Amino acid sequence: MAVLSPPKVGGRPDQQEPRARRSKGGLAGRLFEYLSVGAGLLILVTLAAVAGFLVLRAWPALTASPEELQEISWFGSSTFLGYVGPLIFGTLLASLLALLIAVPLAVGIALFISHYAPRRLAQSLGYVIDLLAAIPSVVYGLWGALWLAPTLDPAFRWMTDFLGWIPLFEGYQPPAKNVLTASIVLAVMILPIITAVAREVFLQAPRLHEEAALALGATRWEMVRMAVLPFGRSGVISASMLGLGRALGETMAVLMILSPGFLYSFFLLKPGQHQSIAANIASKFPEASGLSVSALIATGLALFVITLAVNMFARWIISRRSEFSGAN
Amino acid sequence: MSKRIDVSDLNVYYSDFLAVADVSMTIEERSVTALIGPSGCGKSTFLRTLNRMHEVIPGARVEGKAVMDGQDLYASDVDPVEVRRQVGMVFQRPNPFPTMSIAENVLAGVKLNNRRISKGDASDLVESSLQGANLWTEVKDRLDRPGSSLSGGQQQRLCIARAIAVKPDVLLMDEPCSALDPISTLAIEDLMAELKSEYTIVIVTHNMQQAARVSDRTAFFNIAGTGKPGRLIEMDETSTMFSSPNVQATEDYISGRFG
Repeated sequence: MAVLSPPKVGGRPDQQEPRARRSKGGLAGRLFEYLSVGAGLLILVTLAAVAGFLVLRAWPALTASPEELQEISWFGSSTFLGYVGPLIFGTLLASLLALLIAVPLAVGIALFISHYAPRRLAQSLGYVIDLLAAIPSVVYGLWGALWLAPTLDPAFRWMTDFLGWIPLFEGYQPPAKNVLTASIVLAVMILPIITAVAREVFLQAPRLHEEAALALGATRWEMVRMAVLPFGRSGVISASMLGLGRALGETMAVLMILSPGFLYSFFLLKPGQHQSIAANIASKFPEASGLSVSALIATGLALFVITLAVNMFARWIISRRSEFSGAN
Repeated sequence: MSKRIDVSDLNVYYSDFLAVADVSMTIEERSVTALIGPSGCGKSTFLRTLNRMHEVIPGARVEGKAVMDGQDLYASDVDPVEVRRQVGMVFQRPNPFPTMSIAENVLAGVKLNNRRISKGDASDLVESSLQGANLWTEVKDRLDRPGSSLSGGQQQRLCIARAIAVKPDVLLMDEPCSALDPISTLAIEDLMAELKSEYTIVIVTHNMQQAARVSDRTAFFNIAGTGKPGRLIEMDETSTMFSSPNVQATEDYISGRFG
């Protein structure tokens, strides 16, 4: 803080000793400094505490012998990796599918709100999208299981009949409690956050650059492609990662919709193939004790690591072309 | 390539507010026309009507005619996008696209007009446009660096290169030097003198000396008071305007005895 000159108080003449002025004028400033540093540290401490808890409690399961692990009734594998592998796969598959569905949609909605819609429509549409974020995930679960699954049934039948030669869509079995249904629900759930962030970024696209594009004879869509999308690129990536983070950790909706299975399977329409880490913990935890609790916590640790990796990957993508970001 | 524009009885409105009233002027080809006048007198607004950029602001509209090469820019079958492809524009603040390299910036407009351009043609065009903007020697070794890595004056010349790369008929410049230092300003002024052999140039400037230095004809705009529309007071050869203008207000403004 020493580099910053302290604010002058009370318009006193400059005769006073600099040191005295510094302590007086800097009181509020220093208080604020402590507060902000403290808040920053608190985040780190919390993160470290969570990581420490996960590692500590997962340790027994990570170091347990195959014989011990096989005593857990639902543990269908002799090693921990063998157990958590399909779970990681299921989690990533469901989340990435959700992202694949949600991001284009969210970018489209955000662009419509920021650059196409008349102001009043844009505002009310923004509210409606934000409202989606206020719906509890258990309600999404009910909606997905009781309404969306039966509704998607004919579409899935059609897909497996006509696109069944693509392995992805092979072998649909009703009811539609498969990973694709879960992903669609997840997509709806992460739509608001991605849309909201993308909209804010698009609104900040510099008018100067938009006008530069228009003056070159760009149509509105070309202007968006030249000046708005490149500017919003890093924002959209961070928005997607926020969405992905939520999809990875989503528990209730997946638990209620997905018929679980523990396979490395790309059959999107078959039930009983996939399970996500979070939903698995929620379903097993009530009856778990001893080593099985440790095993569940260890899967939680895996989820923690994945989320961390996803975020770091996103940062890396953003920093790769920071020179061209327009921030300089 | 260069074309003249005949403007007759042009009124510009922002919704119901009449911003510029009753402008009639002829903008000669292969010459520099300067628009001068106090802030808020509508010269920038008028400039923007020449490539229909004022339409970016909701509610802005125009009455009257602006005829370029026999074609009314405001005829109902004319697409503003087409107008802007023929009438290029350079803005007050340099605005190269920050996400594009220097070369990509130059080609930005060309890629809109004509998507398929061979690599050889593209690099030729980058070179000729940058040479046209007197920037080639300074940037030829770093064409793949971001446009924002250049200095302000270089960025503005990059914007000029971008504008002339699409070979427009007319080049509009909205206070192109107001954000630049004197040396960069001089570079741009020299450039204008070269460009007018090929292009019709219209420049808005607050700098009277600049208008006197670069322009062939000067138009003086003024405003009677806030809430009143801006009007074209008089237009003549620059030498006449700066030595013996017809209207007292022009002389007052030019000599600094404003008001």
